[in-house]
Amino acid sequence: MKRITLLTFLLAFTSAVCADNYVIDTRGAHAAITFKFKHIGISWLVGHFKTFSGEFTFDPDNIGATTISVDIDPASIDSNHAERDKHMRGAKYFNVAKFPTAKFDSTKVTAADDGMASIEGDLTLHGVTKNIRFDASVVGQGKDPWGGYRAGFEATYTLDTQDFGMSFPPSNTVELGLFIEGIRR
Amino acid sequence: MALIIPGLMVFGLWMVDLDYYDPWYKQGPDLHRSIGMIVLLLLLIRLGWRLTNPRPAMESGMANWEKISATLVHWAFYILLFTIITSGYLISTADGRPVVVFELFEISATLTSIPDQEDIAGFVHFYLAVGTVILGGLHALAALKHHFINKDETLRRMIGLSGRQRDQSGV
Repeated sequence: MKRITLLTFLLAFTSAVCADNYVIDTRGAHAAITFKFKHIGISWLVGHFKTFSGEFTFDPDNIGATTISVDIDPASIDSNHAERDKHMRGAKYFNVAKFPTAKFDSTKVTAADDGMASIEGDLTLHGVTKNIRFDASVVGQGKDPWGGYRAGFEATYTLDTQDFGMSFPPSNTVELGLFIEGIRR
Repeated sequence: MALIIPGLMVFGLWMVDLDYYDPWYKQGPDLHRSIGMIVLLLLLIRLGWRLTNPRPAMESGMANWEKISATLVHWAFYILLFTIITSGYLISTADGRPVVVFELFEISATLTSIPDQEDIAGFVHFYLAVGTVILGGLHALAALKHHFINKDETLRRMIGLSGRQRDQSGV
C-alpha cells in the first residue's frame, strides 16, 4: 500500500496554516497502543493497552510545531488472557497499585527523511521518566464522512524494559506500536 | 412519550441500516442514545409522580376487567421502557465506554462482563421495543374506542385536555 508521506503534505499545503489541535479518537476506538515481546525467546506475545487518551497538534507545513501527549492506564493491559494480565499488573511487572499512570509528552519534534518525523519526549512508565526518541509517519489525513477532519499516524518504539526498572526476560525488550487517529477540534 | 418512543424505534431501525459512509452513521446513534437517556429521566419523574400522587379516578361505567387491564398496561409500560433503556445502555457500554448525552455529560458503564453482552442486550432491546410500540398502538386504539364508541372523557384526559363534564382530577 502506498503510504502518504509527510513530504506529500509539505508539497500539497504550501500556504501557512497554524497547527491544529486533534483529540485522539479513543472513544470511537480508532487508535491503539500495542505491544509485543518474546515469549521465552520463542514466539511473539501480542497485546494492547485498552484505556488511554491523548491529544496532538499537527501542522503539515511545520512539523517542528507538532506536539503529542498521551496518558495510558497501565492497568488496562490486555494480552487476551485474564490471569496473565493480572500477573502483569502485579508487583513484578507494571505494579499498577504503586504506579497507576503512564504517559508520554513530546518535547521536540523534527522532520526527518522520507516523510518521517522524529519525535522526542518523556515517557513515564513504572514510576520512571526517561527521554526517548522514535520515528513516526503520517498514514493519512482528510475529511471524514461525518463532518469532521482527521489525521492518522503510526510509530513504533523498541523499549528496553530495564530502563524503566522492569525485567522481561530473556531479551528485556518490548516493541510498542502506536496507531493514532485524531479528530480535529 | 407517546410520540418519542415510536419515534425512537423508527429512528433506531433506520440508523442501524445506515451505510458506514453515511453522514448520519455517527450522529444517528449519538442522538438515539442521548434521547434514550432523556426518556429515562422523564420516566423516573413520571414514576416518582405516580408513586407520590393520588391517581385520577377512571371513567365511571368502566367494567372491572377494563380497570384492571388499564392498570396492568400502565405498569407494563414502565417495566418495558425501563428494560428497553437498560438493554440499550448495556449495548453501548458493553466494552466499558460511557454513554455520552448530547456531548454534555456521560453515564458510566457498570455491567460489562456478561458474555455476548452487546448481542444479548441488542436482542432484548429490539424485541421489547417492537412489543412496546405494538402495545402502545393497542393502547391508542383503546383510547380511541373510549372516545368514539363509549364517548367518554378517557382520551381527552390522556392528552391533558380537561374533561367536558367534570374536572379532570376526578378526586
